[in-house]
Amino acid sequence: MRDVAILGIGQTRFGELWDRSFREIGIEAGFQALVDAKLSSVDLGALYLGNMASGSLIAQEHIAPLILDYAGLAGHHFGAIRVEGGGASGALALHEGWLAVASGAHDFVVVGGAEKLTDVPDTEANRVASGTADHEWEVVFGATLPALWAMIARRHMHEYGTTREQLARVAVHAHEMGSKNPNAHYRNRITLDQVLGATPVAEPLGMLDCAPFSDGAAAVVLGPLDRARKFTDTPVRLLASQVSCDTMAVHHRRDMTTLDSTVVAAKRAFAQARRAPADVRVAEVHDAYTISGLVALEDLGFVEKGEAGRAFESGAFGPTGKLTVNSSGGLKAQGRPFGAVGVAQVVEIVRQLRGEAGERQVSGATLGLAHDVGGTGATSVVHLMERVN
Amino acid sequence: MSVARFWRETPRRYNLGGCQCPTCETVYFPPRGVCPVCVKHRQSLGRMEPYQLSGEGEVVSYTIVHDAAEGFEMQVPYTLAIVRTVEGPQLTGAVVDIAPSEVKIGLRVRATFRKLREEGAAGVIHYGYKFAPMDDRHKPPKRPSRSERAMASAGAPVAAASGP
Repeated sequence: MRDVAILGIGQTRFGELWDRSFREIGIEAGFQALVDAKLSSVDLGALYLGNMASGSLIAQEHIAPLILDYAGLAGHHFGAIRVEGGGASGALALHEGWLAVASGAHDFVVVGGAEKLTDVPDTEANRVASGTADHEWEVVFGATLPALWAMIARRHMHEYGTTREQLARVAVHAHEMGSKNPNAHYRNRITLDQVLGATPVAEPLGMLDCAPFSDGAAAVVLGPLDRARKFTDTPVRLLASQVSCDTMAVHHRRDMTTLDSTVVAAKRAFAQARRAPADVRVAEVHDAYTISGLVALEDLGFVEKGEAGRAFESGAFGPTGKLTVNSSGGLKAQGRPFGAVGVAQVVEIVRQLRGEAGERQVSGATLGLAHDVGGTGATSVVHLMERVN
Repeated sequence: MSVARFWRETPRRYNLGGCQCPTCETVYFPPRGVCPVCVKHRQSLGRMEPYQLSGEGEVVSYTIVHDAAEGFEMQVPYTLAIVRTVEGPQLTGAVVDIAPSEVKIGLRVRATFRKLREEGAAGVIHYGYKFAPMDDRHKPPKRPSRSERAMASAGAPVAAASGP
């Protein structure tokens, strides 16, 4: 396998983009990435598009050639492939792109992620999101995605003494970071009391423990590292790309407070990259729910099992901490357009490694991690990236 | 959902019919075609045996749901739990006949046959298991003996109930 570099990045604003269509946002992100990479479309070998539920959300399947077509590239006749893995669809698409370039099957590929969630009412989006859990044995019995994460939270509180306030801190932090991100769905700061007093969704989780439904798209261009200097002065090496899966239902897990899929993907990624969790300076983790943000920090190896709540409360993951988590605002504040999330996480890490993150730039960022989860953890994807000097 | 999609699962949803691996004797619910535990797990393919769960267990975790799953809108707030059955398998279901504030981790419960949801005014009505507290709810659960299991396998349904 050869070394792979990220040559270009692109991202639309995340939020309720009512005046913009799926194909418009998909194309915007893709062209931004191509322009950023200074790459001609004729050099592309393939497009991988992460998307979770376009069929349910916009009644359109077969979207990868659709985006290719409206990007004006249908005449090149290269392959465009949709990749689906619930909320991890974008990161899975990146994994496929990495495989294609690392194996030598293609030299240059575009990896995109796009989702349009606000063309349907929230109730419909909720129903679609539930589809990433086990429909037959969780959802039919009354489970929703936040309800399943709430049960993970309750068990985590029971076993490790994690408090309601520690959970709420994850959301407060996300909005603080999101306030500095011009692409974020939410740029307002929120207080601990606001999170604690928000409308309950599935106790102990309330409205402000849950990431919003957003529209948005993101894209990256990948190519071989040894040719990267031709296209960019600031190539970022994609050090590791790992996917791991586990049971669909939370009730079938070995330990319901641990995402074994994340543990395994992270271990393999650090082994592949020959790095350790302590080397990571910036990380984008899956904080779709406050509890998932905490559990991720444990499962990725940044803190001991059960310690994430206390570590978060102590400020260990803020902008001046040893590790800065979710500088983009995370899923909670930057937004949650399912299929776009995993790619947007990588876009944020590349910005940080290049030193282009503006007001939210973390000093000395050389190694970054992106962590995306599908459903309640049946799929986890971990990517590690490093600045090339 | 089509009628057939729900109907084909009724032996499981109405009566907690699980399965057991003939090699390692691990019990599963819902039934699986192949044992995930056995090293040579392909040997279990097509050989998994029916196994009747007693419906008894204890709450491992729970939540009080305010933003309902589809079809559960009329039931909010409702308590949803993950229950560890005495036979081992864990499953997800609503907890009824008890105030949400009374539900605790470790609560002993028994499966009870209830209405789950209906598909609109003219659609199919779904039935299945929910969980109700046991009278001796604070005693530690006990795995049923072989003879008790044989009796249960003879077809005794999960405890019937009056209300939805």
